[in-house]
Amino acid sequence: MINFLEQTVNGLVNGGFYALLALGLAVIFGMLRVVNFAHGAFYMLGAFGAYVGLREFGLPFWVALVLVPVVLAALGMTLERTAINRLARLDPLYNFLFTFGLTLILQDLVKWRYGVNANPYEIPAGLTGTVHIGQFGFPAYRLFVFGFAVAACLLAWWLLARTRVGMVVRAATERPELTGALGIDVGRWITPVFGFGIALAALAGVLAAPIQAVNPLMGADLIIVVFAVVVIGGLGSVTGSVATGFGIGVAGAWAQAYAPPIVAQTLVFVVMAVVLLIRPAGLFGREEGVA
Amino acid sequence: MRVRRVLSGTVAAGTVLTLLAACGGGGPRGGGGSSLSGGKIVLGVLNDQSGVYSGLGGKNSVVAVQMAIDDFLAKHGDKAVTRDISVVTADHQNKPDLAKTDAQQMYDRQDVDAILDVPTSSAALAVADVAKQDKKLYFNIGAASDDLNGKSCNKYTFHYAYDTNMLANVTGKTATKNGAKSWYLIYPNYAFGQDMLRGFTTAIGSAGGAVVASAGSPFPNPTQDYSTLLLKTSGLSPKPDTLGVMQAGGDLQNVVKQYNQFKLKDQGIKLAVGLMFITDIHALGPDALAGTTFTDAWYWNANQDNRAFADKFYAKTKTRPTFDHAADYSAALQYLEAVQAAGTDDSDKVVAKLEGKTVNDVFLHNGTIRAADHLVTHDAYLAQVKPSSQVTEPWDYEKILETIPADQAFNPPSSDCHM
Repeated sequence: MINFLEQTVNGLVNGGFYALLALGLAVIFGMLRVVNFAHGAFYMLGAFGAYVGLREFGLPFWVALVLVPVVLAALGMTLERTAINRLARLDPLYNFLFTFGLTLILQDLVKWRYGVNANPYEIPAGLTGTVHIGQFGFPAYRLFVFGFAVAACLLAWWLLARTRVGMVVRAATERPELTGALGIDVGRWITPVFGFGIALAALAGVLAAPIQAVNPLMGADLIIVVFAVVVIGGLGSVTGSVATGFGIGVAGAWAQAYAPPIVAQTLVFVVMAVVLLIRPAGLFGREEGVA
Repeated sequence: MRVRRVLSGTVAAGTVLTLLAACGGGGPRGGGGSSLSGGKIVLGVLNDQSGVYSGLGGKNSVVAVQMAIDDFLAKHGDKAVTRDISVVTADHQNKPDLAKTDAQQMYDRQDVDAILDVPTSSAALAVADVAKQDKKLYFNIGAASDDLNGKSCNKYTFHYAYDTNMLANVTGKTATKNGAKSWYLIYPNYAFGQDMLRGFTTAIGSAGGAVVASAGSPFPNPTQDYSTLLLKTSGLSPKPDTLGVMQAGGDLQNVVKQYNQFKLKDQGIKLAVGLMFITDIHALGPDALAGTTFTDAWYWNANQDNRAFADKFYAKTKTRPTFDHAADYSAALQYLEAVQAAGTDDSDKVVAKLEGKTVNDVFLHNGTIRAADHLVTHDAYLAQVKPSSQVTEPWDYEKILETIPADQAFNPPSSDCHM
């Protein structure tokens, strides 16, 4: 029973990463209609940002946690202005190919400079211990990651649901023409939203640095799972991607703990296939073109 | 116009990277004649050049093979069977289907006489099939599956350096004799991991220990997460005293990092590693692994000869060779010597020269190229990771505890192998 609880909490920790990444993908897709394949690369750059910051400039984890997302968001916004925005008017395939190519370039550049092996990054002092509640024991840092991911998702939800900016973004996401017709300049919010999505990916990367091996490929395969999460949740649905992120995290942990390996290996894709068959717009998605 | 500029910029950058990646081919031209196909010898290095196994092999395997060619040509001078020996290379990305196509391409179109390296057992088994069909030589070095010298053995495939039984015999048996009685084994769920699981379970049992549980992880593992498997330990009964990790390369690096995070050592669960390369220790830092025992097929700082080779390798790559690199060198050299002895690159005649040969070179100590199953046996080493306080120079991470003679390290030929 205790072990089941530990596995569940651990699933929520993993789910936190999915949720942060899926949320970023969802707002970017919602606002720009761009499938950002480079999201995994920005997650990787987030982890490398923390690593390089510490090694070259002595920046502690807490500084990296703020600074790295800001820097990468700026990079993302530059990218959006110079390239993605210009390709957005063409077939969506162009941006898909562009971000895919960008991923390969970013990965290879990091590989070229830092090699393929893991780079060391320690858990920040103060969170290295284990939290014990009765028989339940869990690494403190992982609990922190879970709490932080939940807080970040709540903050994002609050921004989108309770502020004027969020209202504009949601309106522009769901009915871009109508929003434009009401005299609201949709275009000016596109770049910041893209930057925000990238910042979330970078944040997940910094959080992952103490847990996982920091290597150039850490985002390469993960992004495929995150895409599946976004599709299950419903493309562009913020609530859907967060809820599905945590859900898949827990389901994955249970599957790996209590089922044969093949189940854990295929779970997310089987769920995706089933959801697409039954609810093509995703669990939380809305059919388009019904208005 | 701007769109086009951006796109063409991307394409250009991609092209440059592709070109960079393609470097390392080529080699001396000229010479010719004799009874060689095309008057030349072409060696093909097929391995992982971008993924979890690219650090332990990768492009530096090409460097090692080129070193063997240079040494061969220097030794034989004008008497060499040809001066035209070159290396071609391809990245199989650890995918069996890609490895198969690459191998066919190498044999059929690039006139490759022998393919070398090929980590990832599932990919290696695919290449062994192609070698058998094309009747061309294949020296497996990077992959460990004992099926390569068991039920999938064939006349044209040689299994160099190590196999899963050797790892199990050295690490599994010795650790059990030294007090590890109950094991929890975690393994990557593909050919290599499954063979490791089988080999370790047998070896641990024969030494008087027991495997209380085992669990597989996906390969490749998209989430790079092993915490779920590690957390299982607290629910196991009886509680294991040793975690046997069968993951390798980048995966192993993740497991060890997370093992330390969950503080399993403090809970009395020791770490035993099935397969580790010096690049893994370098990546994690010796303190993350200090005291861990494992099997090594070759260590760069074990003696003067190894060190001399490692120094030459370092001059070219700025890194120390793994046993995979040293074995690549050895296999390429032994192949070229066999061609020299046979006077031809005809596969059957070269195989005849190789079978049953006993070899001592920089990699093989008391080596035998076994005729029965084409497993290349040699002395193996039980090694221990030094704590950083005992490390006297960069890459000096290992203490060799024991030399295990070839006949104890490797199993006798399997009855499943029919040439």
